[in-house]
Amino acid sequence: MAIAIENEIRGMHTLTARRVVGVCAILLAVLFVAVVISLRMGAFPLSIRDILATLVNGLLGRSARVPSEFALVVFGLRLPRIALGILVGASLATAGAGFQALLRNPLADPYVLGVSSGAAVGAILSIIFIPHVPGAIQAAAFIGAVITIAAVFFLGRRGGQLDSATLLLAGIVAASFLSAGIMFLMTTLPGRDLRGMAFWLMGDLSSPPPTQNVRGWFGFLFVLFAVAAGAIYLTASDLNLILTGEKEAQHLGVNVRRVKLVVYVCASALTGLAVSVSGAIGYVGLLVPHAMRMLFGNDYRLLIPTSVLGGAIAVVVADTLARTVVAPTELPVGAMTALAGAPLFIYLLRRRVR
Amino acid sequence: MNAAMNQGAALAPGNIVPGAAPPRLSVEQATYAYAATDRSAPNFSLSPTTFQARRQEIVAVLGPNASGKSTLLRLAAGVIAPLSGRIEIDGVNLSDLDLRTRAQRIALVQQESELLFPLRVWEFVLQGRYPYGRRLRFESAKDSLLAGNALSQVGADALAGRWMNELSGGEKQRVILARALAQEPALLLLDEPTQHLDVGGKVELLRRLRKLADEHRYTVLVVTHELDLAAEFSDRIILLHKGKCLRVGTPGEVYDRDLLQEVFEAPLDVDIRPNGRPRVTLRGNE
Repeated sequence: MAIAIENEIRGMHTLTARRVVGVCAILLAVLFVAVVISLRMGAFPLSIRDILATLVNGLLGRSARVPSEFALVVFGLRLPRIALGILVGASLATAGAGFQALLRNPLADPYVLGVSSGAAVGAILSIIFIPHVPGAIQAAAFIGAVITIAAVFFLGRRGGQLDSATLLLAGIVAASFLSAGIMFLMTTLPGRDLRGMAFWLMGDLSSPPPTQNVRGWFGFLFVLFAVAAGAIYLTASDLNLILTGEKEAQHLGVNVRRVKLVVYVCASALTGLAVSVSGAIGYVGLLVPHAMRMLFGNDYRLLIPTSVLGGAIAVVVADTLARTVVAPTELPVGAMTALAGAPLFIYLLRRRVR
Repeated sequence: MNAAMNQGAALAPGNIVPGAAPPRLSVEQATYAYAATDRSAPNFSLSPTTFQARRQEIVAVLGPNASGKSTLLRLAAGVIAPLSGRIEIDGVNLSDLDLRTRAQRIALVQQESELLFPLRVWEFVLQGRYPYGRRLRFESAKDSLLAGNALSQVGADALAGRWMNELSGGEKQRVILARALAQEPALLLLDEPTQHLDVGGKVELLRRLRKLADEHRYTVLVVTHELDLAAEFSDRIILLHKGKCLRVGTPGEVYDRDLLQEVFEAPLDVDIRPNGRPRVTLRGNE
């Protein structure tokens, strides 16, 4: 008790598990509200009460009490898309926070570094060469992401050191080169129109799940996400030290090599996962971790879980806007995130240069 | 030069006290070599070096640039492993310790990397408690207490709530030292800690190190260019030149006018002050 008072005077509010749980509970509530609002928006009118009743009864297995058209709209149409948005947002934001620590660069993000484009190239190649193999798109997107980040890593070095500006340039060059590659590959695909192209270049959540077993499919994706994000979270204390300096972290007992490998593989996997189901959605991995840093500080033990939830909220909101602002047509969700993200990126870049 | 070297070798065994507990740090015939690639000839090599450091001792490593001071410090920190020879801390071979155990015994204070994300002083000092935690552990009350004590020991209580990037050079140096103390190490290694300090700051830092060694039984190994301060505050001096350990001994034993002039390539005078410690002065053009 005396220690606590002493630390209060000194201004040392250490992070506790309780604070992490508390902050996450608040963000979960915000996510729930975002989901309910998103469920309400659309051509078929539903009241909040209808939505809540449908959700509660559906989750309790009392589907008989729900009008069948409500159940179809909520569980058949809107909820899968929202679940996909949650998954993609959480994956991209976690990957972004991971890359920022790994590269010790506050501007790192799967999209800016070209990793999303690399994953997209991998995914498209798998569609062309090995279609109909389950999980092949995810695996190929992961491989594309790993190869791209390795190349950007290599190109971003100057005199044996990772240089922030060179790294960003390498990422931008890689992204535009790979986008051109995507365009080229798309022309070889039969029956794909320009909208399909927008899916890989801008990011889009409108494509239906590839199998009839929607639950199984989401289960598979969420398990992948949980493993990769969980592995990154386990290194949170190490990442805090690595952000202060790799040499210093090593002296304090961090196995820097192993931590970097874990984060590198898992962040690439998360990027591949997100891109394989939604194309290259930009800026979520940059915008969300930074917003969370501003709100809750730089401690990765809090930053990773808040980025997971913040990313989910951001993409659910962005996708809701994307499918409602120009209704009855839709924008790709990546257009919405880029509209908000690009100005923020410039702001961060300028603040850093100053 | 050869004569000086032989003298160094002759002095070294005199450091061992027979029948005593193992010295805190024991470096025995340790060597190292740097090369640009695996096959090319080494650009720099450290010849066999032997010395011991006991509890409550301050050992200063002196020598001109590129003499091997930092290499010796990195060897003692376990960052690099010697090509031959042995380095022990409290009788345990350094290379047998895992990273965390090593960080519980040895703290290294050196020029810090640039901070990319803002950090409060107390958060920085709490990082010193990392070696005692397991995965994803949150700091305990004990950790906060020890971090607070470490800040007190360096006279930086008032800085706890400040941002790291807003500190002056001297304040930052103290906070970095506090993080090292929060590690509760047996051995404190410092790489040119006085580099960016003014004269007052330098004296203050060395006084503090002396006090830490005397009162808290730390063993301190400090790399420095400050000949006078080293003579004033250290118990033992290691003089290096071009990768060779020329002499190990008390300041009085090592501060030989001819030897220092040869090593530092400057006209120097050495005289003995009333307290028995040598003083070095630069001779003008006479």
